[in-house]
Amino acid sequence: MGSLSGQTAIIGIGATEFSKASGRSELQLACEAVVAAIADAGLRPGDVDGMVTFTAESSAEIHVARNTGIGDLSFFSRVPHGGGAACGTVAHAAAAIHAGLAEVVVCWRAFNERSGERYGLGQASRPMDTNADRAAYSWMTPFGLSTPAQWVAMFARRYMHEYGATSEDFGRVAVLDRARAATNPKAWFHGRPITLEEHQASRWIAEPLHLLDCCQETDGGQALVVVSAARAKDLPHVPAYVVGAAQASGRDQHMMTSYYRPTISGIPEMGLVGDQLWAQSGLRPADMQAAVLYDHFTPFVLPQLEELGFCGRGEAASFVADGHLELDGSLPLNTHGGQLGEAYLHGMNGIAEGVRLVRGASVNQPGDVGNVVVTAGTGVPTSALVLGAR
Amino acid sequence: MTTYDDRLAAFSGRVLVERRPAPDPVNVPMIRQWVEAMGDANPRYLGEQPVAPASMMQAWTMRGYAPTDASAGAFEELVALLEEGGYTSVVATDSELDFHREVVPGDHLSVEEVVESISAEKRTGLGAGRFVSTLKTYRDSADEVVATQRWRTLRFRPAEPAPEAVLRPRPAINLDNEFWFTAAREERLVVQRCADCKALRHPPGPCCPDCTSFAWDTVEASGRGTLYSYVVAHHPRHPAFDYPLLIAVVELDEGTRLITNLTGATADELTVGMALEVEWLRADADLTLPVFRPVRPREH
Repeated sequence: MGSLSGQTAIIGIGATEFSKASGRSELQLACEAVVAAIADAGLRPGDVDGMVTFTAESSAEIHVARNTGIGDLSFFSRVPHGGGAACGTVAHAAAAIHAGLAEVVVCWRAFNERSGERYGLGQASRPMDTNADRAAYSWMTPFGLSTPAQWVAMFARRYMHEYGATSEDFGRVAVLDRARAATNPKAWFHGRPITLEEHQASRWIAEPLHLLDCCQETDGGQALVVVSAARAKDLPHVPAYVVGAAQASGRDQHMMTSYYRPTISGIPEMGLVGDQLWAQSGLRPADMQAAVLYDHFTPFVLPQLEELGFCGRGEAASFVADGHLELDGSLPLNTHGGQLGEAYLHGMNGIAEGVRLVRGASVNQPGDVGNVVVTAGTGVPTSALVLGAR
Repeated sequence: MTTYDDRLAAFSGRVLVERRPAPDPVNVPMIRQWVEAMGDANPRYLGEQPVAPASMMQAWTMRGYAPTDASAGAFEELVALLEEGGYTSVVATDSELDFHREVVPGDHLSVEEVVESISAEKRTGLGAGRFVSTLKTYRDSADEVVATQRWRTLRFRPAEPAPEAVLRPRPAINLDNEFWFTAAREERLVVQRCADCKALRHPPGPCCPDCTSFAWDTVEASGRGTLYSYVVAHHPRHPAFDYPLLIAVVELDEGTRLITNLTGATADELTVGMALEVEWLRADADLTLPVFRPVRPREH
C-alpha cells in the first residue's frame, strides 16, 4: 500500500466562536463546526462518508450525521485519552482514506468545557467504579492528587530538579502564547498580552504551576475535513497535506501520571510520535517552519521540543529564551495563541492553525510555511502530525 | 472618625439599667415557693426570723412577664450596637455575687446595672463574640448596698454550623488492587512482586510486564525512601484536605515509587532527594493510607 505520507490532506476547517458559556448544546456546537468545515472544504454534507472523534466526545457520530445531513457512513472511529486524541483523529482519517475505507472524513471535537463539565476541577468527585481506568485513580485521588494541573506539576518539579529549569522558563511559553493571541481576533485573550512579571505574580494553582501556566477552559467546537490528495486538488483551498501522522503510547504509560518510569523528565510517547513523523515524511526537525505544540500547561512544552528533536535534552529552556519560538525565530510557535491564548479545544484548534499556516492564512503568518508540526495532548497517549504544502 | 470599637468603648462606665425598684418587698410567701422549688430545707429561711436565700437576690428585682417599654434605654442601645456588629446571640458566661448583708422580709430592694467593660472580639466555640461585663448593685430602701453582682455575657456571632466531615475520595477497590489497601488498613506497606521473576511493581496489576507471569505475591517495604518529586496543591480545594496540600512521589528503598502525602514538613523544607519514612494516616474508619515524613536525626 505504501507510505501514508502525502496521500491525504486537510481541505476544510470550521469552528464555532470560542467562549466561556456557549448557551448551546454540545451537539449543536459539534454540528455548527462540522457544517462550517464541510462548507470551507467546498463540499456538501452528503459527500462525507467517514467520521472520527474523541472517546471523550459527548455527541456520537450518528447524532452529528443525522442532524447535519451527512448520510451513509462507511468508516467511523474514536480516539481515546483526552487531548492526546487530537492528531489521532486525522491519523485515523488518513489511514482510512488511504486504505479505501472512506473518501471524505470529518474529524471534530466540541464541548461546553467551561460552562459544563470542567476538567480542571479534577477527578475527586467523579463516580468510582472498578474498571481499570477508574481504578487507576485509586493511587491518586485518596491523596488529593486529582487535577490535570497537579498531575503536570509533579513532572514539572522533577524537570526543574534535573535540568535547573525555573518557573520563568515555563512562564516564557505563556507570555509567547498570549502575545500571539493578542493579535488573533478569534482568541479568547485577543488584545490581552501578559508579561513575565504578571506570570510570576499570578497565584499558585499547584506549585510549581502558577495560574498563568494553566490554559483556560473553553466552550466551542472545531472540525476538520480530510480527503485524498487527488481529491484535494479539485477543491478550493490550498491543501494541507498530511505528510506525517502518528499515535503513540509509551512503555509503562499512565493517564497523566506516568511517574513510575526510570525517568520522568521526558515524554517518551511524544518521542515515539516524533520518530514516526520523521520516518514517514523523510523530514527532519529543521525542515519545520512552524510548530503548534500542545500547551494545556506550559511545563510540557519544553520536553516536547526535546522529544521532537528541536533541541537536546534539558536545553529547551534556553531554546525558548533564545527566541527560537518567536514569529521571526527558527520555529514560530502557536501562532494562533495556543490553548493558553486562543481556546482549549483539546488540541483540535491547533490542527486548524496548522492548516492555516500551510495556506498562508494565519493571522500571525510568519512567512511561507512548507511544513508545520502539530502535537496533541501531553502526559497521555498522544499523537502528532506534520502538515505540509507538499 | 469614630470606629465601631470606639462606640462600644463609650459604653464603659455607663448606666445600662437605671436604678429599678423591686416590684415587691422581700416576703415570706416568695421565699417559701423558692425553697420548695429548690428543695432547700435549711431551717433559717422559714424559721422564727426568716432570712431570704442569697440565691434569690436577682429574683427580687426581676422584671415581670408583662411587656415593658423597650425603647431608647441604654440597654436597648447597646443591644442594637452589638447586633450592628453581627453579635446577635447571647449567652451568660459567669456571675460573681458579693453579699454585704443578709436580706430579710421587709427589705425593699432596687438594682442598678453599670457597664464595666466590653472586650475585643474573641474566638469562642460558639462563634466570634465580645464579653460584656457589667456590675449590678443591689441596695435597700436606705441606699445601703446589700450585694453586688459582676455579670458577664458573651454576645456572639453564631458560628456557621460545622460542615459535615467530608471523607477523602474513595479508592476504587477491585480484584487487582484490593490486597494493597487491605494491607494498608493493617499499617503494612506492601509492594507487589512477581512470583516468578521476582520483579517488584507498583501500581500493581494482574500480569508481570517483565515475564508475563500472572503469579504474584507481596513483600513488605521498609517504609524508607526518598522524595522523587512533589506538588504543593492550592486550588481547587477538596473539603477532605487541608491546603496547601503536599502531594509527593516517593521512591522506596525497594525501588518502586508511589504517590503519597507528606507530613511533618512545610513546603519550603522540601528538597527532591530528601530521606523520608512512612507514617500511617487513619483517614477514616475505612481508609488507612501511608504518608511520609522527613527522617529526623535519631534522638539519643
